Amino acid sequence: MDMKRDYYEDIRLFESGVVLFWTVALLLVLFTVPLYTPNYYVYLLNMILVHVILAVGLNILVGSTGQISLGHAGFFAIGAYGTALLMAKLQIPFVFAILAAAFIAAFFGFILGLPALRLEGPYLAIVSLGFGLTIMHIIGGVEAFGGRMGIKVPPLDLGIPQLGMAWVLKTDVQKYYLILVMTIVMVVGARNILKTRVGRSFVAIRDSDIAAEVIGVNLTVYKTLAFAVSAFYAGIAGGLFGFVLGFFDPFTFNLILSIIFLVMVVVGGLGTIVGGILGATLITYLQYALLKNIAEVPYLGEFLTALSKRWFTVVGLENFSGIAIGLIMIGIIIFEPLGMYGIWIRIKKYWRTWPF
Amino acid sequence: MPFGQLLVEGLAIGACYGLFATAVVIIYKTSEVVNFAQGEMAMFSTFVAFHILTIYEYPFWLAFILSMVFAILLGVLIEFLFLRPAKHPSILGLIVITLGAEMFLMGLAGWKWGAEQKFFSLPLNASVTYEPVKGMIVNQWAIAVFAVTAAIMLFLFLFFKYSKLGVAMRATQQNKHAAKIMGIRTERVFSFAWGFSSLIGAVAGMFFASRATLDPAYMMEPFMRAFAAAVLGGLMSIPGVIIGGGLLGLIENFFGYYFPHWKPIVAFIVIILVLCLRPSGLFARHYVKKV
Repeated sequence: MDMKRDYYEDIRLFESGVVLFWTVALLLVLFTVPLYTPNYYVYLLNMILVHVILAVGLNILVGSTGQISLGHAGFFAIGAYGTALLMAKLQIPFVFAILAAAFIAAFFGFILGLPALRLEGPYLAIVSLGFGLTIMHIIGGVEAFGGRMGIKVPPLDLGIPQLGMAWVLKTDVQKYYLILVMTIVMVVGARNILKTRVGRSFVAIRDSDIAAEVIGVNLTVYKTLAFAVSAFYAGIAGGLFGFVLGFFDPFTFNLILSIIFLVMVVVGGLGTIVGGILGATLITYLQYALLKNIAEVPYLGEFLTALSKRWFTVVGLENFSGIAIGLIMIGIIIFEPLGMYGIWIRIKKYWRTWPF
Repeated sequence: MPFGQLLVEGLAIGACYGLFATAVVIIYKTSEVVNFAQGEMAMFSTFVAFHILTIYEYPFWLAFILSMVFAILLGVLIEFLFLRPAKHPSILGLIVITLGAEMFLMGLAGWKWGAEQKFFSLPLNASVTYEPVKGMIVNQWAIAVFAVTAAIMLFLFLFFKYSKLGVAMRATQQNKHAAKIMGIRTERVFSFAWGFSSLIGAVAGMFFASRATLDPAYMMEPFMRAFAAAVLGGLMSIPGVIIGGGLLGLIENFFGYYFPHWKPIVAFIVIILVLCLRPSGLFARHYVKKV
């Protein structure tokens, strides 16, 4: 139903006035949200925005290029540790530190992309999974990286301390504006990448890598590039994530986190920018707000507490988030493989063509 | 530690990896699903055995039989409830479903039994040792692993070669549609493969649990190693997987003796190297992708 009639229609940022209107409205809400919400929700919003950056980047790899990665927690860790250590140990200003960390992550993404040239499907999943766990073990094993005890991030100074220009962001609200601006830049960047020659090559590789090679897409370049771009996004997200948390250890970046990242993309919708944003928002909200405090949810919480007392253990109720997310993962593949974006398309189609 | 000791220990843990990898391979062979929930299925069955042993205080053999029955039911149920309803899932879809089953089982076990570590012991005494050759000390745990692995291998060999069901499973693996036309109920074969694999996984899971501790996440690392063993063997042949498991156990044990700090990442390096250099495994025939 969305027919593209010329190239400029395909590449423009907003498909129609309606989309422009709602995007501006959403941005207005996002920029004013800290004015009327309590501090805790600003922390949650920071978490959500960081995961939006990551999910949009992972979606370039999984959704648009069709490569599977279960190792994105590794890139996330490289971003977080890289930024924090470059700032704390070498006194590099924040902007350069986070970019450097993201480029280190991108380099590791390129390295992981090399085996991907020969592997696909479950084999690639296993290699990336092993990669993520190896990064976790290496960080945990080297004392210079803080070892198993973890590290504390330095103050978030946007200025250049060497020149005496300090601009330290202390509160969650100040960090929120920084993360929001970076999220918007990264999301628009991802959307533009997908509309260029590079993005079309990615999609061609996803649809059929042999056909793509035949029509002249250089598989070596574009597959590794997809990994590098995706890892770059994960690095930026990781760098910001460190400042949201304030303190982290290697076990923050475990296998479960990689699985959660993949779930965000699959639940949101593969291969679309909106899908990444929706999935990251929903899953992060479930992870850090709803399921974490499931016992305080009216009715359901009481029911689950009673159930825990009778059949399970009350201390184990915190594991309920694993059960819920596991069921969401299975349910989305069985009932709606296109994810939330697919549901949205279906609703839109229904109303557009109503009453037929 | 002397050389002989490292050799025996490595082979014993390698046999354990091989046994567990066999469970992965049985599912992959029949339905081409890499079951990421394999470790958690074994974990859950071991927890059931633990529960029967500590709460009801039944003798070990009864708890063992009951938990094996449970393991078969669990495998069949997961196939029936989670995989069968998915219509033509992509490879990513299958991976997400099994990962979802993994998260689900881990959450359920954590809710039921809590996250703290528990001790699960087989009726074996690891301190009773034998020394058949000078310098090679074998404990009862290792002997039990070797015996059980050998028995299961022999059984699998006879099963796939001579039994009707085994032949049906091989036929389904070769061509699902042709098998269906020949009158094989392929859905039932899948259910059976899952139940069977869950059972073998649960046996291996009990060996792992009695070697370390029992908690909802204890099978994650053994699963990775078993998968490395399966990849070494080519993910398709059961004897290859056992040899792969032995090799991995030896590599890990010798490497871990000299560099104890980096022992956890040996398996990943093996996986990455094998997949990059010889993606079809050390023993499988070369595989050509159809366009």
